[in-house]
Amino acid sequence: MSMDAEHQITAGFMPLFDSAVLVAAGELGFATREGIDLTLHRETSWANIRDRIAIGHFHLAHMLGPMPLACNLGLTPLASETIVPFSLGLGGNCVTISNAVWAGMVAHGAAPDLDPARAGTALRAFIRERAGAGHDPLRFAVVHPHSGHNYELRYWLAGCGIDPEREIEIVIVPPPFMADALAAGRIDGYCVGEPWNSASVAAGTGHIVTVKALLWRNSPEKVIGVRKAWAEQSPEALAALLRALHHSARWCQDPANHAELAGVMAQAGFLGLPPAVQMPILTGHLQLGGGAELDVDDFFLPFDKAANFPWKSHALWFYTQMVRWGHVAHTPENLAIARDCYRPDLYRSALKPLGVALPGANAKVEGALKIATAVGATGAGLVLGPDGFFDGQIFDPDEIDAYIASQKSGLIRA
Amino acid sequence: MVRSSLAVLVIDENRIRAAIIEAGLREAGHERVTVVHDVTGIARRIAEIEPDVIVIDLENPNRDMLENMFQLSRAVKRPIAMFVDRSDQASIEAAVDAGVSAYVVDGLRQERVKPILDMAVSRFNAFSRMARELEEVRGELENRKVIDRAKGILMKSRGLTEEAAYTLLRKTAMNQNRKISDIAHSLVTAAGLLGPSEDE
Repeated sequence: MSMDAEHQITAGFMPLFDSAVLVAAGELGFATREGIDLTLHRETSWANIRDRIAIGHFHLAHMLGPMPLACNLGLTPLASETIVPFSLGLGGNCVTISNAVWAGMVAHGAAPDLDPARAGTALRAFIRERAGAGHDPLRFAVVHPHSGHNYELRYWLAGCGIDPEREIEIVIVPPPFMADALAAGRIDGYCVGEPWNSASVAAGTGHIVTVKALLWRNSPEKVIGVRKAWAEQSPEALAALLRALHHSARWCQDPANHAELAGVMAQAGFLGLPPAVQMPILTGHLQLGGGAELDVDDFFLPFDKAANFPWKSHALWFYTQMVRWGHVAHTPENLAIARDCYRPDLYRSALKPLGVALPGANAKVEGALKIATAVGATGAGLVLGPDGFFDGQIFDPDEIDAYIASQKSGLIRA
Repeated sequence: MVRSSLAVLVIDENRIRAAIIEAGLREAGHERVTVVHDVTGIARRIAEIEPDVIVIDLENPNRDMLENMFQLSRAVKRPIAMFVDRSDQASIEAAVDAGVSAYVVDGLRQERVKPILDMAVSRFNAFSRMARELEEVRGELENRKVIDRAKGILMKSRGLTEEAAYTLLRKTAMNQNRKISDIAHSLVTAAGLLGPSEDE
């Protein structure tokens, strides 16, 4: 590869493990092999990433899945039109609670099995008991209002009959501060990516009660958000980058590379945490607290199960939750914006020359696959799912009005 | 209520920079300036202060929390938007380049807020320049120390005068097209690896 790369690309990321595919693309030569000089900038907040994309400092960035939707829907103080041609993985989050809340939940039948329904039922009973005794509502933290964390936490609570608007309080805390806030009693629980859940377990100050992979199996988390104006000006650079990310993601998924990947992420300029604390997300083997441990299937997938495909049904599910919690009004215009944000067409055209398995559809009925299923696709060997929600609900992206209506009327089943 | 001057809240963990911003605001005639270094209990402070303008450094990891609070919290009686005027792209770029963001309550006239943002941007830039210069001075001092050590090594091992030792370093640097401090660094490192300690 010549010193003068064909494409100069600048990208932002947050020091979280699920930036790994982007970081590895830059650090391990996948970008260079596609003729890209990839410059990575570590940021301190999602707001900074949004601002720097908006004014053109970054061409693209590691983003929360709903963040580009929020930008395009005008929900943020500063924004530029942002598209999603690549997803950085499925799963990876947990819900962690304080020892005091865990004790209260155990008294109401909770067990260290991560079962969302069982944990939610126990939490509801504990919350009602506290309310009856006149205590303040429990306070949960998420990383950002427009995040998978916020929407999956609320989905879980509402599905278990807890009103997240009235029965608990939800605040925003940056991921690295979660464990400290829990230990200090400023919050009672939180939903965040790894390693910030295992951090509380290791410190003896928290219990993991459920995980994203069980709330909604193989569900979307972080994405590559791209400044749309740049994507339109530089289609070849973007396609080259998507191929680099594809090769990087495949490499990240392979267990043979996990030790090396953890070593790269451990560097101070990236995640900056020792390799040992990165093992739970890489292996799905979680310590839950109090000595309990469990292996979680598909805990975090950077590549398998078409993890990098930007399903429009993922974006549309986020949109339904934005509507559900009053972040945006459900109008034909807003729905159209949400529908156009994720761009499987760009993913497909960039990867087509590689001859790899690509989904034929742009959207799928979420929750329909009860077991891992080989699906019709270009190329060979594409396995999807299972993709079930913990409560057995189905999200059909062709029936959005009905889905939104059902959540408005009946999902909080007391 | 009609206000004569705007209430400005500066949130910055860097105390020196915050003091510089505060001084600038006071010089510009803003009496109601509050500086906060730690965001603990910030909701209560905002309720007390009722700021018209909030200035936050971009390095603050709590920006997401603060933005969410501006939009939702009961502590904030009027909605707070970002920057003076979203259409004023040049101002926004200048601010982000300088490492500062500003939030203003809705409905404030642009001409009342813009001088505050401009002042914050220029003071942030001045602070960065100062920090950079300080860093350069530190580096310069460090280099001088290393060059002195390299001279000492040469004087001792080759029996040179101080002037001859310096001339040798300078000539070597010129011949290799490198900085004299780089040559000195290499020499000190090599001496440390090869011989007994030269200067202890």
